[in-house]
Amino acid sequence: MKTQNIAHALFNNWGRRSVIGIPYLFLILLFTVPFLVVLKISVSETDGIRFQDLLSYVDGAVTLKIKLSNYLFLGSDPLYVETYWSSIKFAALNTAICLFIGYPFAYFMARSPANLRPALLMLVTLPFWTSYLLRVYAWKGLLDDHGVFNNILIWLHLIDSPIRMMHTAFSMTIGMVYAYLPFMILPLYANLVKMDLRLIEAAKDLGATPWQTFWLVTVPLSRNGIIAGAMLVFIPSMGEYVIPELLGGPGTLMIGRVLWDEFFSNNDWAMASAVAVTMVGLILVPLAIFNRYQADSGGVRGV
Amino acid sequence: MIAGYIFLYLPIVTLIVFSFNDSKMVTLWGGFTFKWYGVIAHDTEVLDAFKLSLKVALMSATASVLLGTLAAFAMVRYKSFWGRTAFSAHINAPLVVPEVITGLSLLLFFVFCERLFGWPDRGILTIWAGHTSVGMAYAAVVIQSRLLEMDKSLEEAAMDLGCKPFQVFTLVTLPMIAQSLLAAWLLTFTLSLDDVVATAFLSGPGSTTLPIVILSRARLGLDPTVNAIATITVAVVSVGVFAGSLWLNRQETRRAAEQAAAYREGMQHAVAA
Repeated sequence: MKTQNIAHALFNNWGRRSVIGIPYLFLILLFTVPFLVVLKISVSETDGIRFQDLLSYVDGAVTLKIKLSNYLFLGSDPLYVETYWSSIKFAALNTAICLFIGYPFAYFMARSPANLRPALLMLVTLPFWTSYLLRVYAWKGLLDDHGVFNNILIWLHLIDSPIRMMHTAFSMTIGMVYAYLPFMILPLYANLVKMDLRLIEAAKDLGATPWQTFWLVTVPLSRNGIIAGAMLVFIPSMGEYVIPELLGGPGTLMIGRVLWDEFFSNNDWAMASAVAVTMVGLILVPLAIFNRYQADSGGVRGV
Repeated sequence: MIAGYIFLYLPIVTLIVFSFNDSKMVTLWGGFTFKWYGVIAHDTEVLDAFKLSLKVALMSATASVLLGTLAAFAMVRYKSFWGRTAFSAHINAPLVVPEVITGLSLLLFFVFCERLFGWPDRGILTIWAGHTSVGMAYAAVVIQSRLLEMDKSLEEAAMDLGCKPFQVFTLVTLPMIAQSLLAAWLLTFTLSLDDVVATAFLSGPGSTTLPIVILSRARLGLDPTVNAIATITVAVVSVGVFAGSLWLNRQETRRAAEQAAAYREGMQHAVAA
């Protein structure tokens, strides 16, 4: 009996250790360590091909060599500064448009008959399961100079020659909104569908107009949904690569694409690493704000 | 709302329509044809890439669910252990870090390893590792939310009735979270099948996945073979999602009916006693 108990405790301890340890080890090995490698390369001296060790042992003294020139270059080169700034602008614009379209969308979904809602929800998530890359590619066919929209407009005699839509800020914004709209709709819907409708009735009974009820009751109550949706759109759209590559043009600078070119075209690993490190810093800011809001309201159970 | 749905579906519909277009110019209608499907059926680049994509997706979805289940259990069941906050940050980090960074950092790490140990070469293994590290984070989130809403008293009841911990897990816990495991598997499978950015960093010569082939063709311009691939993808996915939701619905109704029956029986016993 006693030995069984000991075996039991041992198994439990072992079980507990491996339940925590295995995924932990995997993530540290394939997530944290690689990022530390990036951090190291971004501040290392190179002798052509190889990156030198940060710590070296010369003449009985350990010296630490850190090269900050990559970061200094990032801060002083107008191209990078402008790219960071333009990534933030496009991400913010995308978030604003997604909210503007997604809010009424989620609102009407949440207020439609309960038996229709699962089908409506499935219709929002269905495009999400089909390849993201192919959905972005689809806009190429619509917005091209000889694309569907231009052909229709010419056929209707509204225009004589094709309007240039591809490779502009317009085509990129539309692609981003299209790709990220479901990320906005889903948390908003989850929030709006749970809302206590008696509060809205109470506002009406107290003489509020529908417009006032919406702005003074519904919107403040859905604050958590708005914040969750905004984060889900803003953060990934800042690091976007595929959309600027396929739909954007020379005027639509995005940091994800710059990192890619730095690595694949210029073969400048150190510079690409420095860009990556600063990019993480850029993402931490909205994330910290989001976390503070979450702590304030006792957690968003949106998604 | 209807305008919203049109916005969501219009691009997909045009993709499908133009896959049947018998014209070199992708956007001008030149009659109905199946020829692009014939073209991709003999396109070895597409076929090989598809096979590799499928292999990687199967492997990484399975590994993601296994690791994600462990991670979810650790988060939900062990409220205090050394480094729990760091652990939770580690699980959520891959969800918010842009893919260009995940791809770059893993690649530099593998290059570093290769210099030290002469291993691993870039290929299916490195792609798998990249997809799994992101996939397990997604799987953990899905499984975690199911574990949180699960009634723990059922496990306790099984323990009281003399089940060993392992039996409790296989006979009680596993069937209860099976749906979320399936959902997590499907999610990570599609994520892996679709991933292009991290894969581009991690794939080596001779190991291209389908999205890489699509991206390289889409960069050059409009290509009817891409439309044909898209149509097949959409068809498979819609059938899969539709069948999946039907199955889930049936399970849900069956479980509700079983629960109601058990309750009725219990009440009858109570009344008889």
